[in-house]
Amino acid sequence: MVDASHDSQASQMQNAAPDERVRKESFFKRLLTRPELGSVSGALLVFLFFAIVAGDSGMFNADGILNWSTVSAQLGILAIGACLLMIAGEFDLSIGSMIGFAGMMMSIPALYWGWPVWTCIIFAFAGAMLIGFINGYIVVRTGLPSFIVSLAFLFILRGLTIALSILFTNKTIVSGVSEVAEGDLLAAAFGGQIGTSFFNWLGQIGWIETYSDGSPIVSGIPMVIIWWLLLATISSFVLLRTQFGNWIFAAGGDAKAAKNVGVPTDKVKIILFMFTAFCATVFAACQVFEFGSAAADRGLLKEFEAIIAVVIGGALLTGGYGSVVGACFGALIFGVVQMGIFFTGADSDWFRVFLGVMLLIAVLFNNYIRKRVTGSL
Amino acid sequence: MSEYILELKKVSRYFGSVIALKDIDMQIKLGEVHCLLGDNGAGKSTLIKTLAGVHLASEGEFLLNGVPTAFSSPKDALDKGIATVYQDLALVNLMSVTRNFFMGREITKQWGPFKVFDTEKANAIASEGLAQMGIDVRDPEHPIGTMSGGERQCLAIARAIHFGAKVLILDEPTAALGVKQSANVLKVIAKARSRGLAVILITHNVHHAYPVADRFTLLNRGKSLGTWKKSETTREEILEMMAGGQELENLEAELAEFNRVDQQTATA
Repeated sequence: MVDASHDSQASQMQNAAPDERVRKESFFKRLLTRPELGSVSGALLVFLFFAIVAGDSGMFNADGILNWSTVSAQLGILAIGACLLMIAGEFDLSIGSMIGFAGMMMSIPALYWGWPVWTCIIFAFAGAMLIGFINGYIVVRTGLPSFIVSLAFLFILRGLTIALSILFTNKTIVSGVSEVAEGDLLAAAFGGQIGTSFFNWLGQIGWIETYSDGSPIVSGIPMVIIWWLLLATISSFVLLRTQFGNWIFAAGGDAKAAKNVGVPTDKVKIILFMFTAFCATVFAACQVFEFGSAAADRGLLKEFEAIIAVVIGGALLTGGYGSVVGACFGALIFGVVQMGIFFTGADSDWFRVFLGVMLLIAVLFNNYIRKRVTGSL
Repeated sequence: MSEYILELKKVSRYFGSVIALKDIDMQIKLGEVHCLLGDNGAGKSTLIKTLAGVHLASEGEFLLNGVPTAFSSPKDALDKGIATVYQDLALVNLMSVTRNFFMGREITKQWGPFKVFDTEKANAIASEGLAQMGIDVRDPEHPIGTMSGGERQCLAIARAIHFGAKVLILDEPTAALGVKQSANVLKVIAKARSRGLAVILITHNVHHAYPVADRFTLLNRGKSLGTWKKSETTREEILEMMAGGQELENLEAELAEFNRVDQQTATA
């Protein structure tokens, strides 16, 4: 122990001399190892493209901006959950079905069983997270790929949603939620708007367009956008700055190694399955209380859109690497392009072609980055 | 306080009808490198797993600092200061030096109402820990995937030392390394010894073990052939015992027999 300080002094002197084996890496090359790089530059390109092509179509007016940011926010919320789970090395393909199921879990009790709306919302969140727990528990206990386990839940939940809504209501679309949710604070936290007086004022001073009765065409910021920003901030903070965040990276990077040094990887994964279900339920609640209805086919294919956004955001499908900020920019690209194609009047089929191509480029790019990071390139 | 930090008395381990270890005696001293030599199937793995708390001994006594002890789990052994660095190192390539160093044992600080991972302090500790092992870390936030095998081995050792290991068990630390990297790892082992740790070095490479080891224990087919101090023996003696002198003689005899038969068939 005595010569420990001596040792460190000696090695610090060694430290002073630069290691001749280290190449100076340019700023650009260092930037390349950031997972967000692809999606942030992609988003810039997409904005630039539509600013030129659709700049005068109203896409960048107040209501246009609201339009694509809402679409991005909806997907973004899902992508945040999927992103953390993917970094931890797992998938959840049941997100889309969960949206439909959660929507029904909060609408049917409110409309048909006379429950107060806020209890229905809590019920839906509790139910969804319980299913997320079961999903995760099966995955960590059996060691089966989460791909197959959650695929099973994709079908189970979708089937249950349709069967149960017919059983209880004889319909697959239930509407009229807005009426019963009137004055409910928790419902307003999902379906409401923020800053209405501010936008009124903007309309009065003529900064944004108004309808003929003087009300602004954008009456406020929908809560779905607030949820997106909130969840993104919290998740990114947890991932990058906390102990739990380190465990997420460790669980996805090498679960066996992580377990050997005492990381409770099973617990981490189960919590993230529950968080993914939570995000799907936030999405469902925002939709139900904004439009006042729930439908059994809500959220179809959303699981894939979320995964696309996450992969465009720089996460590796194999886990251990990724970024919440990247996933949010992935969702932003998604929303901007989807609405941009609508605004330019192009055939919306092109959107899918674009998505596929983007996904392919992103995967190739990520693969290259992974090889750089792990030193095999 | 016992003379030995760890002492094994007639420890045996059976798996059903298989005798993996039989009557092993071993004494581990602080500030010494104890080299465990043996060919494949000699019981090295079972012995380290018994030391590390993965297996319980079926028979025999296990003394930690003179006190009879049984490790209930690897975690228990770790808490009592026995750290094992396995061949797979328990490192994650995609994660940074610091994140690996503190994986599972993150240090936190209060940040407003939240507990956050104390990155700055962790970076400093990880860099310092590796510097003491003679490894200069350029950027502790850089993923370890780009480090060499030897550097990674040293990282795993530095991590074990930082988290209070008194006995360090190294499983074939030089197995997959080149000559220079092996030399680096052996230097790190010597440094760990000079800091007062007991090191148990498992290997089948006498040439790597001989320069740093203070004692040798030879295992063969689940039994200990004995323990020698370095001053009492030579490299050649160990090598011969390890290969099993008798078996080598038999092999030579067999080869001679082949030659004879070949010559006979050639002349016929």
